[in-house]
Parts: sequence; C-alpha cells; structure tokens
Amino acid sequence: MKILVCIKQVPDMESRFKLNSEGTWYDEADLAFRMNEYDEYAVEQAVQLKERLAGEPEITVLSLGPDRVVEALKKALAMGADRAVHVKDDKYYQKDPWQVASVIAGHAAGQGYDLVFTGMQSQDRGSAQVGVTVAELLGFGCATTLVGFAYEAGVITAKRELEGGSKGVVKLKLPALVTCQLGLNTPRYPTLPNIMKAKKKEILVQPVSELLKEAEVTGTGGMYPPAKRGGGIVIEGEVNDQLDKLMGILKEKTTVLRAA
Amino acid sequence: MKALLIAEYRQGKLLDTTYELQAFAGLLGAESAMVLVGSPADLPKFSGKLYLADVAKYGEYNPDLHKKVVLEAVAKENPDYIVFVHSSYGWDLAPRVAAALRVGQVSEVVGLPDGKFEVTCCNAKLRRTVAPKSARTVITIQAGAFSPQGEPQGAPQVEVIDVADPAGKTEFVGYEAAEQKDVDLTRAEIIVSAGRGVGKKENVQVIAQLAKALGGELGASRPVVDAGWAPHSHQVGTTGQTVSPKLYVACGISGAIQHLAGMKKADFVVAINKDKDAPIGEIADVLIVADVMQFVPAMTARCAR
Ligand SMILES: Cc1cc2nc3c(=O)[nH]c(=O)nc-3n(C[C@H](O)[C@H](O)[C@H](O)COP(=O)(O)OP(=O)(O)OC[C@H]3O[C@@H](n4cnc5c(N)ncnc54)[C@H](O)[C@@H]3O)c2cc1C
Repeated sequence: MKILVCIKQVPDMESRFKLNSEGTWYDEADLAFRMNEYDEYAVEQAVQLKERLAGEPEITVLSLGPDRVVEALKKALAMGADRAVHVKDDKYYQKDPWQVASVIAGHAAGQGYDLVFTGMQSQDRGSAQVGVTVAELLGFGCATTLVGFAYEAGVITAKRELEGGSKGVVKLKLPALVTCQLGLNTPRYPTLPNIMKAKKKEILVQPVSELLKEAEVTGTGGMYPPAKRGGGIVIEGEVNDQLDKLMGILKEKTTVLRAA
Repeated sequence: MKALLIAEYRQGKLLDTTYELQAFAGLLGAESAMVLVGSPADLPKFSGKLYLADVAKYGEYNPDLHKKVVLEAVAKENPDYIVFVHSSYGWDLAPRVAAALRVGQVSEVVGLPDGKFEVTCCNAKLRRTVAPKSARTVITIQAGAFSPQGEPQGAPQVEVIDVADPAGKTEFVGYEAAEQKDVDLTRAEIIVSAGRGVGKKENVQVIAQLAKALGGELGASRPVVDAGWAPHSHQVGTTGQTVSPKLYVACGISGAIQHLAGMKKADFVVAINKDKDAPIGEIADVLIVADVMQFVPAMTARCAR
C-alpha cells in the first residue's frame, strides 16, 4: 500500500499577526511556524496504520511552501513517514486552494497512491477545500472530518463528526482520501532515535512550476484585523484590581451577581 | 444575479439553516432557486423553484450522488452562485461541486462588506476578502452568520430531480448518537468554560469551582473535551452545544469561530486570557488580560465570600 500525507506549516496561532506590505497575507517575519494541527492527526493516523499492517505501507509526506516547511517534513519523517516531497514555492500564499489541490494531484498522478490523508483544514487559511478537491481530481472516494478510522481488507470505516456531537459512520474502498479532525488520535512526539533516523530519509525537492498547470479561480482582495466590537472593556494590571473592576461591572451590567 | 441555495436534511429533518441561505441570498440581492435532497413531506417555506431529490432514494450522505443532483440543478438554473452552509454537509459537498465545475469556492463567508466576500483566517485573528475569478462561484456561509429576517413564507414550486444512479464511492452505514448528557447547558444561566489555556486536566477543576461558586455550569472548548479533561456534553460550539446564558466566562479560550458559534448569543461575556489580541476579545464585553490560574481562583474566593 502506498500512502500520501499532505501537510502544511502554519504560524503558531497565539502569535501577533502583522500584514505584509501588499496587505494580502500576514507578514512571516518574527512568526514561529509548526505543523498544522489537523495535519498532525493525518500523519499520526498514517503511521498507526503502517504499524498495524506490520510496516508494509510506504508513507510519503508532502508539503508545499518555502524552505522553512522542511522542518515540518522532518517532524513527519521522525513520526514515522518514510520519505518526503517538498514542493518548493516561496509564493505559496498567492496560490488559491484550487491551485494547491491541483499541484498535489499533479504530484500524486502516476505515483500509485492507494490512500491519502490530509487535515480537514489549515489553521491559517481554513478553506477546508484542498483535501476534498485533491480527491475529486484523482477520482478517489473521500470522507471528511474524521474522528474515527479503521481499515480492513481494502475498506475504510470512517466516523465523520457532525454537528451537535453525533457521528456519521461511512465505508469507502481504496483508493480513498480522508480529511482528519481533532479527536481522531493523539499525535506522538518524535523520539530522539527516530529524529536521528529521519535525518537519513529522502526529501525530494520539486519546484512548484513543474507541477502547476492551473490558473487561480479565487484571489485575495484585502486582509485586515477584525473590527473590535464597540464597548468591550479590556482590563489589565494586578489581579485584585482587575477583580474589583470586574465585580463592579458585573453588578452594574448583569443581574447574575446581585444576590451574591 | 441568480443564486442556487443548497438546503440540508439531516437525521430525518429539514434543517433551519435553510433560512440562513435565504437571508444570504437576500443580502446578495440575488434571485434564488433551491436544491434539497430531502423528503417531499418536509419542504422549506420558500417562494421559488425547488429541485427535490428524494432522500429515500439518494440517502442523507452520499456525496457523489448529491453532487450529481446539484450539478443537474446548476445545468437547469445557470446560477452565478451556488451557496451551501459551511456545515459537515456543506464543507464536504461544496468542493466536490466546485471541482466538477472547475470554478472557485469561497469558504465560510462571515460577512458581505461592500459586497465583498469576507472570511476569517488565523483562528479569527485576521479577516480577508476573497474575490472570485471564475464566471460562477461556490460559496459556503458560516452557520449563524446570516440571520433570517422575519418568518419564512411561501410554498416552493417543486421540480423532482432524478439522476442516473451509479452507486457513489461512499457507503453510509448509520448515525452514532451523541453521548448521553449529564448536564443541559442550553438552560444554564451562567456558564464558566475551560479552554486549552487552562493547561492540564487538574486545572479544569479550578474552573469548575468558579462555576459552582457562581451557581452555574462548567462548559468547555473542543480541545479540552478531546483531551478527555471534560465530557463531551460540556462542549460549547459548532460540534457541541449552542448556549445562551446570561453570563459566559471563557477561561483560556482563544475564540475560534467554531467555539464562538456556540456561545455568541450569551448576554454578557467575560474572557480571561493572557493574550490581549485573542479573538475572543472581539466579542467579549470584558477581557481580563491575565493568567487563568491566577485570576480564576481569586475570583472564586471573591464570589464564595
Ligand atoms: C469542524 C470543526 C468543528 C469544531 N467544533 C468546535 C466546537 O464545537 N467547540 C470548540 O470549542 N471548538 C471547535 N472546533 C475547534 C476550534 O477550531 C478551536 O480549535 C478550538 O475552539 C480552540 O479551543 P481553545 O480556545 O480552548 O484553544 P486554543 O485555540 O489553543 O486557545 C487557547 C487560549 O488560551 C490562552 N492561554 C494559554 N495559556 C493561558 C493562561 N495560562 N492563562 C490565560 N490564557 C491562556 C491562549 O492565549 C489562547 O488564546 C472545531 C473545529 C472544526 C474544524
């Protein structure tokens, strides 16, 4: 079995974001990058499947982006992927989800992948389009937002998370693509020996120009911080002072504390 | 301008979010038609054309087949926009339709400032406008972002859609019900919720103590539930409960849209977060910039007095 896992590197969401000079994306300077949370579940699930199938599947991990994404690829290799593909693209943020998906499908076509794992969305752009679109372009069966995964004899039994906490159980035959959600598994931390082993694993670099055949179908207009809702009060300072202020406000503005 | 609205039917019921699609089409100023894979016995109130595919035949989740139904209606209506709710149905189906048509998609639209499609990014810390570049565009709208105006009215003019029926690639097996509830957050007047920022399982108790001191219930964000720090019945958000308490205290919660979707109807919101820029500040009435583990025990002591 050949498995592909698609990962993205995203900034730590607790960062302070500034805009780039064109005002169309965030400025990357001073940001710390890590593997997209949802993609960590994808890598973990692929590695768990490989372990359950006694090491038979070969796992390729792919990321599109500038040189820094090699760090995320190395982490995936240290978690247990076998080889990596770095589709090098410094202007990755100018590609729309359709282009990103066609680049990935362009790599995958002819590689004979049986199963593709992606995150359900990226934490920065959050389009939730890339995985499903790759599946459509490859003609694979697809299920999204997995919180449960089982595999037996060419058939995946997947649990999709639905609104309100209920789940939808579906089956799909290989070849297939699934998108992974929080709650699917607990991603492992790479161990030191595995980090050392990962250093010897292959990282194939391919320029995006070799794979990109599609024009964009959506573009960014502008980017800006959200307007603060009027009236919200920010209280900084020492805890007791903060509490005095908060209790005063709660007594004045709500009915919940009057009895207290 | 024409919009084709994709209504939803789940677990035997037409979903109310159908009316949010209509509200969105109204804001767009678009004439609209609708598609529903649902039941002829449970049609939306809508004065316009409704393309109906019977769920008895197509199933509630058969994305390959539902895609064909939508494409058939697109061929008949020739719409400028094909609009879904960004739900477990919409985010699954919309990209399939967009890919089949080779057109652009704008996901999880939250607003239409100056007629532009506005979406959030970076966990709601930034907003972005997305400009479609294809002749036709697939849109998903954030659930709850576009409220219906007034009581829906009208009776649709139904046209039954029947597409050739090769089995889809996904076989739907069934639903698994949500966990039994040990608490009904929807009725709580005060909810104090723990987020990932509380750091570890034991600390959730500290948040629960504040809830108790205030006479309220404990809520939680998704990562707290997934880590097993609190049962799912306490989860607030898209895939948890939708609550409307008089007071909502968010402790160490960033304010991701999926969490906000569950609590933004609260009358008064207090957020405790060490990050002054956390997006929860956007909707909080009061943002306390502090470490939860310092502030919350102090508040509990004050309230228990
Ligand atoms: C399809 C889908 C459905 C989802 N459904 C839901 C849902 O129903 N409910 C839900 O909640 N989420 C849901 N999510 C997840 C959601 O996107 C976020 O990941 C989640 O809400 C984040 O939870 P959080 O705010 O607790 O954690 P984080 O986003 O990690 O935020 C932690 C916050 O704590 C602050 N913090 C850290 N340490 C401290 C400290 N010591 N003192 C004070 N503050 C501190 C940080 O500044 C940060 O703002 C869903 C996601 C998807 C894709």
